[in-house]
Amino acid sequence: MTAEKVFKNPANLKRRKFVNSLMIFLCVVSSVLTILPLLYIFIYTTQSGISALNIDFFTKLPKPVGETGGGMANAIVGSGILIGIGGLIGIPIGILGGIYIAEYSKSFLAGVIKFTTDVLSGVPSIVVGIFAYGVVVLSMQSFSALAGGFALGILMIPTVTKITEEMLKLVPQSLREASLALGVSRWKTTLKVVLKTASSGIITGVLLAIARAAGETAPLLFTAFGNSFWQTRLDQPIAALPLQIFVYAISPYEDWHRQAWAGAFVLIFLVFVVNFLVRFVTRNKYS
Amino acid sequence: MTFADTEEEEPEIEQASDPSVIIKNAVTTKDLSVYFNKRPAIENINIKIKRNSVTAIIGPSGCGKSTFLRSLNMMHDMTPKAQVFGEIFIHGENIMDFNTVDLRKKVGMVFQKPNPFPTMSIYENVTAGFRLNGIGSRKEHDIIVEKNLVSAGLWDEVRDRLKTPALSLSGGQQQRLCIARTIAVNPEIILMDEPTSALDPVSSSKIEELIYNLKKDYTIVIVTHNMQQAARVSDQTAFFYTGRLVEISKTRKMFTNPKEILTEEYVTGKFG
Amino acid sequence: MFLDSSDSIEKFGLDFIFSRNWDPVREEFGALTFIYGTIVSSFLALLISLPISIGVAVFLSEIVHKSVRTSLSFLIEILAAIPSIIYGFWGIFVLAPFMRTTIQPFLQSVFGFLPFFQGTMYGTGLLTASIILAIMITPIITAITRDVLKAIPVSQKEAAYALGATKWEGIKMALLNARSGILGGAVLGLGRAIGETMAVTMVIGNKAQIKASLFEPAYTMASVIANEFAEASGGLQVSSLIEVGLILFGVTFIVNSMARLLIYSVTRKA
Repeated sequence: MTAEKVFKNPANLKRRKFVNSLMIFLCVVSSVLTILPLLYIFIYTTQSGISALNIDFFTKLPKPVGETGGGMANAIVGSGILIGIGGLIGIPIGILGGIYIAEYSKSFLAGVIKFTTDVLSGVPSIVVGIFAYGVVVLSMQSFSALAGGFALGILMIPTVTKITEEMLKLVPQSLREASLALGVSRWKTTLKVVLKTASSGIITGVLLAIARAAGETAPLLFTAFGNSFWQTRLDQPIAALPLQIFVYAISPYEDWHRQAWAGAFVLIFLVFVVNFLVRFVTRNKYS
Repeated sequence: MTFADTEEEEPEIEQASDPSVIIKNAVTTKDLSVYFNKRPAIENINIKIKRNSVTAIIGPSGCGKSTFLRSLNMMHDMTPKAQVFGEIFIHGENIMDFNTVDLRKKVGMVFQKPNPFPTMSIYENVTAGFRLNGIGSRKEHDIIVEKNLVSAGLWDEVRDRLKTPALSLSGGQQQRLCIARTIAVNPEIILMDEPTSALDPVSSSKIEELIYNLKKDYTIVIVTHNMQQAARVSDQTAFFYTGRLVEISKTRKMFTNPKEILTEEYVTGKFG
Repeated sequence: MFLDSSDSIEKFGLDFIFSRNWDPVREEFGALTFIYGTIVSSFLALLISLPISIGVAVFLSEIVHKSVRTSLSFLIEILAAIPSIIYGFWGIFVLAPFMRTTIQPFLQSVFGFLPFFQGTMYGTGLLTASIILAIMITPIITAITRDVLKAIPVSQKEAAYALGATKWEGIKMALLNARSGILGGAVLGLGRAIGETMAVTMVIGNKAQIKASLFEPAYTMASVIANEFAEASGGLQVSSLIEVGLILFGVTFIVNSMARLLIYSVTRKA
């Protein structure tokens, strides 16, 4: 057949049109398949979670096995402490890394840092947990809030670095030049003009990192370890919301499952709120 | 506006190496070349700019006008892979003897697009040079704001809303704010990189008027695309073409009786 | 980590990787079953997720209107942000029963002649873990694929349409041009699946065995660390678990570096 015949052959054209519609249909199916679990998880968690949520959940300590009632107050506070420690470690390092990559992007070191953060963001969180175990738990001879916070801090670094870099790159070069032309030094320009202009974007990035850290479970298993009592000392094992959910979820008790759903709902709610916030802030920016 | 210069031609060949000449002039360059990525953007530029004068730099796009201007306050150190050769003297002092921060306090710059700091109010923008360096009291800032907004011809328009964000101003007002910000730090020389190309004609004419008024206190070097503007505001004009300085003369001479054929073709619109 | 695992490295040497034996009581440790579980569950997840992810990416970048695109991308971003513990929890209570009562009997009745779909249906097991993993890595692969497709010049597609190509034929060409970047996204998703811990631990059944059937429980490297590390008795078990962690780190490091280099190679050009 000549090319012309191939092209004008009605059967051929029909087949091509059919393949076209089929493929586009499959793309639509894929999208539906992807969104379905999200909706399912969200609705299911909300349903099971809200019905189990009450004041006790936020104010009471866990009850011993066999008794119903109680709450996760210690785990919520524990998660707060762990995230606080993690933030103190992860946020400054992450922001400095992001500044370095964005403002000194042509240097070799910046390339190395960028690659390292990209790869670090793919290191399994449980491996980070082992690292924290080796560095903190072994040297303190005890599971502790510090060890858990340290692990979360390391996990926050890549997220914060990435978003800082992206936000700083959105700041127009002309602002840097305007400041430099006024006789302001490079680092003051970075700090007081560039960073300040990008601050709302960076704050959202930090929020994202916090929301992610709040849900991390694996690295806490053998660093923060968990605790069913009221405990806020940094050198002692401490409770955390995701740890408590894990323990309750794999337990055989109905009442504990209910509480675990309540905890899961709190986490998922946090994730949603932060993501909406980020969406809202970054959309109206620099457009 | 009239041409400022009525005296007869100076002898054109004045040796730039003569120290008295270097000190007398606001800006002197000797064999100034700038390379980007090993490719020349401007080559062997020798220019003298007198104090309290306005020098216009004209030429087609890509001829090196902005590159020349930005080398005068070492803005090229922001650009990786830029290399600067030759010497630049500001009031007789080699700029290599300054650190960049001090140099830029002496040599201010106004950019093509108005670039007020978006996170700051009008008031804060005028005092930005002090604020960012942590200098000056509240009272001093008040005085600086009024004085420089008056000089920039913006005071009457904004005196009631100094605390509003600088971005609430119109483009032309923003550019005058940027000029106020620049003169607030008291430079000796002001570089302007096509300051009106992003503005409407009315705003442009206000800026031109401002340039004329600022001349008594400052030395101004202005890059412009617009030959009428060069003719209106400048005392001398330099014509750049493909990275070389073709001609520098008194503005009137440049536009009526240029020495070079290339200049004549450009100013009469035969190319460019 | 290398130092902390030196005991186990000295004692077992290379056998560690090839031994199926994991016996804390007799202090004999070999990681083969965990390596097997990790590899099978991750690749299976990738197999499920990759075509779907490409489909979603194409849908987002080529087919759908802009307003739908932004909200759909946003939903997919959220899918990536849900903590893995919640996936696992949902897996135990919703997905596993559904697998046991619906999907697994269906697969067995249709493909029962294959060894992969024989045996008891527990609900939890390799297949269920792979499906959870597939859900979790789809947003990652989708995002990268979409970015890579965006980096392909529009003019190429327009040229194809101008020659009379159907929409799908134009898209196919773009996909072919973007293939190394898509591969990068797939490898990145694989790395995430290999390292994923909580969700897998909760649905894979945690039984150190190598069976042909995908319905059977299995164990992964990340899960064994999660389950045994805190309660490990004796230095040799801890040391062996850290060595498992070291292997996990090494594998994900290599996989992620490869992925990044592939992705850089496409997006840099644009």
